[in-house]
Amino acid sequence: MSIGVATGLVTNAVGRRVPGMVNGRQQVPYEGVDGHRPTGRKAGPLIRSNSDYPTNGDKRVPDLEAALRLCGLRDGMTISNHHHLRNGDLVALTALQTAARMGVKDLVWFPSASFPCQEPVIELMKSGAVHHIEGSMNGPLGDYCAHGHMRGMGVLRSHGGRWQAVQDGEVHIDIAVIAAPAADCFGNADGSHGKSACGSLGFALADSIYADRVIVVTDNLVPFPCIPWQIQGNNVDYVVEVDSIGDPSKIVSGTTQITRSPDRLRISHLVARFLRDSGIMHEGFSFQAGAGGIALAFVDYLAHMMKAANVKASFVRGGSTKYLVDLLNEGLIGYILDGQTFDLDAVRSIARDPRHVATSPFTSYNFHGKGNFASMVDAAVLGATEVDVNFNANVVTHSDGRLLHGIGGWQNCLFAGCSILALPSFRDRIPVIVDEVTTITGPGELIDVIATERGIAINPLRQDLLDAVKGKGLPIRSIEEIKTEVEKICGGKPAKPRLLDNPVAVVKWVDGTVLDTVWQVVDDNPYAPKVSGGE
Amino acid sequence: MPVAVETSGLRRGEAGRAGGDVRSDLHVSIEERASGGIEIDLHSRVDIYYGGSIRQQVRDVLQALGIEHAYVDIVDEGALPFVIAARVEAAVRRAGLADGKSALPEAVELPPPSAKDRLRRSRLYLPGNEPKYFINAGLHAPDAIILDLEDSVHFAEKNAARLLVRNALRAVDFGAAERMVRINQLPLGLMDLEEIIPQAPDLILIPKVETPEQVSDIVGAVDAIAKRNGLNRPIWLMPILESALGIENAFHIAQASDRVAAITLGLEDYTADLGVAKTAAGAESLYARMRVANTAHAAHVQAIDSVYGDVADSDGLLRWGEASRAMGFQGMGCIHPIQIEIIHRAFAPTTAELEKALLIVGAYEEAQAQGLGVVSLGAKMIDAPVVQRALKLVARAKQMGLTSGGES
Repeated sequence: MSIGVATGLVTNAVGRRVPGMVNGRQQVPYEGVDGHRPTGRKAGPLIRSNSDYPTNGDKRVPDLEAALRLCGLRDGMTISNHHHLRNGDLVALTALQTAARMGVKDLVWFPSASFPCQEPVIELMKSGAVHHIEGSMNGPLGDYCAHGHMRGMGVLRSHGGRWQAVQDGEVHIDIAVIAAPAADCFGNADGSHGKSACGSLGFALADSIYADRVIVVTDNLVPFPCIPWQIQGNNVDYVVEVDSIGDPSKIVSGTTQITRSPDRLRISHLVARFLRDSGIMHEGFSFQAGAGGIALAFVDYLAHMMKAANVKASFVRGGSTKYLVDLLNEGLIGYILDGQTFDLDAVRSIARDPRHVATSPFTSYNFHGKGNFASMVDAAVLGATEVDVNFNANVVTHSDGRLLHGIGGWQNCLFAGCSILALPSFRDRIPVIVDEVTTITGPGELIDVIATERGIAINPLRQDLLDAVKGKGLPIRSIEEIKTEVEKICGGKPAKPRLLDNPVAVVKWVDGTVLDTVWQVVDDNPYAPKVSGGE
Repeated sequence: MPVAVETSGLRRGEAGRAGGDVRSDLHVSIEERASGGIEIDLHSRVDIYYGGSIRQQVRDVLQALGIEHAYVDIVDEGALPFVIAARVEAAVRRAGLADGKSALPEAVELPPPSAKDRLRRSRLYLPGNEPKYFINAGLHAPDAIILDLEDSVHFAEKNAARLLVRNALRAVDFGAAERMVRINQLPLGLMDLEEIIPQAPDLILIPKVETPEQVSDIVGAVDAIAKRNGLNRPIWLMPILESALGIENAFHIAQASDRVAAITLGLEDYTADLGVAKTAAGAESLYARMRVANTAHAAHVQAIDSVYGDVADSDGLLRWGEASRAMGFQGMGCIHPIQIEIIHRAFAPTTAELEKALLIVGAYEEAQAQGLGVVSLGAKMIDAPVVQRALKLVARAKQMGLTSGGES
């Protein structure tokens, strides 16, 4: 069937046309930030009996194929993986290729994110083994989807949204294949030890709890008990030992580097000054920052300002790097609540420092719970590909409509006390502030500040922030003013890409409703920059 | 692509850079055609957004240059319109097709003329053939930017860089920064002046000056071009002394014209001239720097120090800048925007210095008002030179905006 024709489109609360059905499942269109209130009970895993598991706790089987067979692999199943091994991961692709060799068809791949190393999944989609991907796509996988080649529709979710979808029963995982840098024969697994150490395994937690069957794959089998057990063996069916679960050089970077780009440094400095001068940087505050160049430089500037003002942060959330670890060691921050561990220093830190804590999307991000950590954070510094004059922002598609990034924790972090998008005002002549973003990934009412090298725009809804920084010497400007200036520099407004009226993917809001649609791309610009990597 | 046979005998030219990690630039090649109008092959990272606009601009530029028939191949890495115009014009000129015509981009509003004694603590070097650094240079708030046509531009690229710098002076908003250009030595520098003087730069840096006549030559050329273009605003000069002879002639050079606003020195060439190594501590150039500082004050022009080359060493830069201020320099060059703030800090008086100077100036003004010849602070009499120093320091602090609250 042609997915575009067969699905009726409805207009949601942000005025975007979204499909009413996605991959055969009825959808709820976005109803506003707090509009959708779910009822009922969470999905429940199957009841199992000890009688079916070895009493000596040894769940090892010879190889992945044996494990998949024992899990009852068959056509149409949903297979999940986590992405903590990033672009060094070998397990996800091996699992799908093994399943394909076993002759199954129409699998749904449900990774927490995909990476360029998983490009060969395209072959599996062409051969029919994989039906479609529900998870972030970029690079060649993103292009395959954006050009309408995938048989099903892509479903893009935030990290919190992925937990929500699993817990609410919107996605049922048949078999979870979890790559573990350390595991024992019972299936207890940990990410912070071993030659393929990646730090936290938080993205695999939901899969381990809710999947019908769980396979742990490790290249570092340790004697029982594997401590700490980020994944509990009591949820695990089989353990497979392999030579290597991934390429360590691509799992974590040796050193994460602060940007040397003058413009990016300026943006980082402005964001740090904004936090200081608005009073957000106060004793006991908290913040979230990722591992991108701007975010790292921001942390460095902020640390200097915290020292100068003798202010300490109670905790920091998000991806961890050497820079955060240094702050932890210097006593400038109380805890790192780690969602992803990006470099070797951070991996070492999470393995030995009890104040460096591995968290999961359940604690940090899940919107259908009794609160989460992301909304308790005072300020979150994030990126975006585009933002419009109403502060709506896009993080998943390039301005030409191609899939560029996964949502990651981005949507979830918008609930912070102050959400800041730090971005250059134009890239390669393409203005970042536009009349209407290509794909709405975050509603403007949750986006408080846009920091560019040409000035800082504060959402008029945040009069408190406007008042707080008044007279502080910061370049506060209206978003329209920055937009006009950049359009003048770039030689006018950019033309819009031609997109077909055929949905190829949907963007979910944190509550599982459909926020926007990714449309099929028509034009292929052979000279367009390649897009690569990232959640 | 047309085959070689068809194009033999027809003139062709190319300019600009593309591919690899090049950003915000483009490569243009143009081939003359006998008929058939303009044909454009465009490969651009931003084709979807600006492809139509780029094609139109190229046609407009070619029309302004009087080209009616040509094949143009463009590989564009997201260049801004002023860069596209410069590269197309450079390719046309290199093909020998421009026929003396120019294609100037749309101009931004010309900033007010700069004062001879304005603050020149930091001057940010922008390599003249690297357009990606131009557009945001002013945002980093240096006291000046220098569009460099000399050492940072390969000899083969001088003519292309000249057009790029001309277009940048015209089309780029450098904010409050003074717009400086470092030209090449004469006679090449004369060609630089022909292109850039009509765009009203605020100051010309003259490289490798050894005699006052070199300055007079520039003054003559600048005046002639300015007059021809009806330009009536000051264009200051900053000779760069880069040899032992230049240093020895420093005073005469500084006095060669009242257009000289400052003198500075280039230590790479100076140490090469002496045949000594250039060290981080800089003992080998101490004499030259002291000589320049002293000479500048004798000639009533500003003394501007060289650059600090290690961008990663911000502590070293701060120490160098503080020592430089202590020697009597009023500013220095920067090769990366992250040096600007550090340099401004280095050249600012300390809070204690400023407070003391303000007290002395207050006492001086009180004495003046009372018609007293002697200035005293409490029980202490203040010597005239101390008063003079305090007056200078307060005047500079005012220029830096330090007397009514500081910047962060």
